[in-house]
Amino acid sequence: MSRVQSIFSTTKQPVLNIYFTAGYPTLDSTLTVMDLLANAGVDIIEIGMPYSDPLADGPVIQESSSIAIANGMTIELLFSQLKACRAQPSLSKIGIVLMGYMNPVLQYGFNRFCADAANAGVDGLILPDLPEYEFEKEYGEIIKAYGLDFIFLVTPETSEERVRKLDSLSTGFLYAVSSSATTGGETSFNLVSNYLQKLQSYQLKNPVMVGFGIKDKASFDAVAANSQGAIIGSAFIKALSNNTSLDELVPSFVKSIRP
Amino acid sequence: MIKEAVNYQVPDLHGYYGDFGGAYIPEMLQQNVAELKEQYLKIMAEPAFLQEFDLLLKDYVGRPTPLFKAERLSAEFNTNIYLKREDLCHTGAHKINNTIGQILLAQRLGKTRIIAETGAGQHGVATATVCALKGMECIVYMGEKDIERQAPNVARMQMLGAKVVPATSGSKTLKDATNEAIRDWINHPNDTHYIIGSVVGPHPYPDMVAKFQSVISKEIRIQLKEKTNSELPTHIIACVGGGSNAAGAFYHFLNEPSVKIVAVEAAGMGVHSGMSAATTQLGKQGILHGSKSLLMQTADGQVVEPHSISAGLDYPGIGPMHANLYSSGRGHFISATDDEALDAAFHLSKTEGIIPALETAHAFAVLGKLNLTPSDTVVVCLSGRGDKDLATYMKSIQTHP
Repeated sequence: MSRVQSIFSTTKQPVLNIYFTAGYPTLDSTLTVMDLLANAGVDIIEIGMPYSDPLADGPVIQESSSIAIANGMTIELLFSQLKACRAQPSLSKIGIVLMGYMNPVLQYGFNRFCADAANAGVDGLILPDLPEYEFEKEYGEIIKAYGLDFIFLVTPETSEERVRKLDSLSTGFLYAVSSSATTGGETSFNLVSNYLQKLQSYQLKNPVMVGFGIKDKASFDAVAANSQGAIIGSAFIKALSNNTSLDELVPSFVKSIRP
Repeated sequence: MIKEAVNYQVPDLHGYYGDFGGAYIPEMLQQNVAELKEQYLKIMAEPAFLQEFDLLLKDYVGRPTPLFKAERLSAEFNTNIYLKREDLCHTGAHKINNTIGQILLAQRLGKTRIIAETGAGQHGVATATVCALKGMECIVYMGEKDIERQAPNVARMQMLGAKVVPATSGSKTLKDATNEAIRDWINHPNDTHYIIGSVVGPHPYPDMVAKFQSVISKEIRIQLKEKTNSELPTHIIACVGGGSNAAGAFYHFLNEPSVKIVAVEAAGMGVHSGMSAATTQLGKQGILHGSKSLLMQTADGQVVEPHSISAGLDYPGIGPMHANLYSSGRGHFISATDDEALDAAFHLSKTEGIIPALETAHAFAVLGKLNLTPSDTVVVCLSGRGDKDLATYMKSIQTHP
């Protein structure tokens, strides 16, 4: 059982996954933010690898990516920052998932990327622009060989047949996009509930985590009622952009979601 | 008979031209792209579709565009040069061949809302035009910087009833306008069709746009036969940014090994000046806007902002068909600098009485580099007219007496 899988089997409450962009707000803040998130009780940390052209993301995450790139963040540097993370007691058991786009990963070298990610203690990958055809043909085996989970996205527009296919290819969890939108948008949670209940009725092999538009306790609780948990990204990045000290900001943000 | 070559003209089932192409899209776009992929070939083969497409190309766009023998230019280069006059299309460039095709397709898909990206504004104008023609809502994304640089085209789009939305993210130019258009499509999964302006984007866009533009080379074959008794030139020359006029001009010659395919990229201030848009020279394999192709990028895989004096060639990628023509050696890729393009534009104006678009001028700038002979038949795709570039031309009119 992978670390992420065991988090779902042992956590009693809905799983809380917080996203932030590596190298944001400052180049050296990556581990600080992770440590604070872990101490505040977050179950999974999703680290965004900044890219100049993040198609699936809204303005908040794109802006944080631009700043992170300007700060000098690269995949190479991120791996060197992460190298020591599992030795920290706070981070020894937490789930760590990398999210990013294919182009920087291909430049790094896909095989080398997976090797170095696994070596740095990363549990899984979310690469939204890696389609299932290319995954099955070429990349899936490499990911598996390094023991990494791979998480596909599904949306309310995804057909049942395709949801089942993507679930069968995913390990760790399945990422349910709450509505057809880029990250950070407004979402109607009545519609989302119907959609999540439909997903539940499929009795999928993976736990379902909900993302996009989850920004506070109300939206977290609303989707967690019909899933295994949720992912918060843009709202946390927005909070990080306030010039408050990270030591105060991170715990109080997590507490506002899960008191 | 025109043969269809599997390798150069048409991608495989998954949208690959050799190593390039595919559909690297997030799941949020899957439904839209899958619908298009399932429908486009079917719709494009319907007799009623073809009839309406051909009629609009004839009566609205003004096709067939002439193939003109440029006698003075031919004499100067001691060869036979023919100009394919896409500049005479309605709206002033080849772009409308594609937007006519896609608006008819969008209607048949039941879409009511059209989005597009534009750099210099030519594709935006061509999209706004067909939306007005068909009474469809039209939203054009344009980089904030390009809106400042291309005011006349912004006004044209607005007069045609389109809403021009500034792209304020990233470098605020064409690639960011494309990102914003794709995001809009993600946020409107049911009623919207995205009219991409070049042979880029996820499969099936490169193939679909190439097929709509292929009318250019279809006509060239017929017209050359009338004028020279042979359907085939020795050289076909076109400028390449994303590569839509080149794809159209090359299309029906790709499977004719005797025809030399010449693609001209924008070298900007010089290929190695750091201010260039010569993607095949400077790019590495990468993924942008949903397809794998050659891409100008940093060692870390961040996309680089290119430079060209011509806003239409100012794109960090190139269509996957062209990437395959380059890597297979079927296409000859050369480049022309900003200054060479300016010289060529003034020269064509004075020699043949035709003011070309700055993009197009790049294709003329390489005539002297090809060792042409009196027995050669050279076709240059004159992709657009130069009215939109007058402000740039005026700046160097003193140095081009």
